[in-house]
Amino acid sequence: MLLAIVESIGRQVILWMENSGRIIILVGNTLFHLREKPRMNHVLHQMAHLGVDSLPIVLLTILFTGMVITLQTATEFIKYGAQSSVGGVVAIAMARELAPVLTGVVVAGRVGAAITAEIGSMKVTEQIDALRVMAINPIKYLVVPRLLACVIMVPILVIFADVIGTVGGYLVATLYAGISSFTYIHSITLFTVVNDIIGGLVKAMFFGGIIAIIGCYKGLTTGEGAEGVGRATTASVVSSIILIFISNYFLSLVLYR
Amino acid sequence: MIKLENISMSFHGKHILQGIDLEVKKGETLVVIGPSGSGKSTLLRLMVGLLKPTQGEVWIKGQEISHLSEDNLNKVRIGMGMVFQYSALFDSMTVGDNVAFGLREHTAMTEAEIQKIVARNLRMVGLAGQQDVMPNELSGGMKKRVSLARAIAIRPEIMLYDEPTAGLDPIMSGTIDRLIMNAKRVLCVTSVVVTHHMSSAFKIADRVAMIHGGRIIEVGTVEQIRQSENPVVQQFILGLKSPSAYVRRRSEMR
Repeated sequence: MLLAIVESIGRQVILWMENSGRIIILVGNTLFHLREKPRMNHVLHQMAHLGVDSLPIVLLTILFTGMVITLQTATEFIKYGAQSSVGGVVAIAMARELAPVLTGVVVAGRVGAAITAEIGSMKVTEQIDALRVMAINPIKYLVVPRLLACVIMVPILVIFADVIGTVGGYLVATLYAGISSFTYIHSITLFTVVNDIIGGLVKAMFFGGIIAIIGCYKGLTTGEGAEGVGRATTASVVSSIILIFISNYFLSLVLYR
Repeated sequence: MIKLENISMSFHGKHILQGIDLEVKKGETLVVIGPSGSGKSTLLRLMVGLLKPTQGEVWIKGQEISHLSEDNLNKVRIGMGMVFQYSALFDSMTVGDNVAFGLREHTAMTEAEIQKIVARNLRMVGLAGQQDVMPNELSGGMKKRVSLARAIAIRPEIMLYDEPTAGLDPIMSGTIDRLIMNAKRVLCVTSVVVTHHMSSAFKIADRVAMIHGGRIIEVGTVEQIRQSENPVVQQFILGLKSPSAYVRRRSEMR
């Protein structure tokens, strides 16, 4: 019984290490192909498909997040007479953590799943093999444009998220909590520095990279059939979200010391 | 043109191919026959470098490819075309874009020249004017024909066909057979065709190799294979229940 448990744990550890190794190799290969001129039409197509199309859902998510954070913060801060800090606290939380992480999670759910499903179905229908037979490197053709698109577009989405989150907070602060417009905006200018925003954008670039690499990796290693694609898509979203949360902690540690 | 030397291939400890020696001469059509799961498609994938052998060497046009990197393999693959069992058309592209794909990627042709070749190839496979159709609007036979038009677009020296007539009705199978023979005649390609349709095999082959249990058990011309004394070969080509059924039938005839 005990032996079986140890064996099972050992198998999982080996599998985890195997997967980690393969992901590192994929990252290495992708970076290697980045030295060549990327196919700009592919990159732009992916930027539109993966980035622009995600904007409405990102805006909606972050708008309500900004609103609820302000609702909670304002209620508590007003009790202690600290309403002049609400705008700054919301803006810092938004720029440093909420906008990049939540945008990452939303994009992982939408874009990461789409990348895995698309590449996975190409794999099971032998389209990846067809690419290779036609002397096209799948990493250069499929992974590089998606990586570039995600690394460029997630930070852009975060800029929009920063703005809309703060606007959502402003609406709740002024219309619901009774904080004056001047106090809210003055607090933002007082508390927030450029590095808060830049740090969030650096995080967003990392998250974009995680989403693209995990999405592509899970697609390229999809098992047989429709069931395999479904399983890979779920695994892609779950792995990306977990990695976003873990890396977010360490990035915060490094970026906001 | 193609030479396999002492090839063995295993997946997860299971031997798929063992000690395969096979040569395909320039301009020849070799048909590989054998029951499902005997390793025919694996053999084809080894020839194009999609798989690397556990042991042995794969020579294409005098170059050993089993140890090449993906980028160096691509230089060899430019001279090769393959028709996949399920066509493997790029489903996000139109038929025209599928056929034009290799030309756009590997040649400096103008778009007008590419469109001319696309139109000619589609006409050749009986699908003239279908450039703007999406692959999901096509039947299985039409997909196979587009796949063939795509594969021959860059004028390869070697063509590989993985079960080109599988799942097609006899009339469409005949059409595909004629297209394979046409491609050989017009483009002088060296072809390897994996199939278990004996009528197709005997129609298009210069030589036939029978694979069974991961080993090549017989290689010869169509006539030699028809006359083979090997009960396993006869069981396969006559569609008998077992090799002993052939032995019994032969002794009855004597």
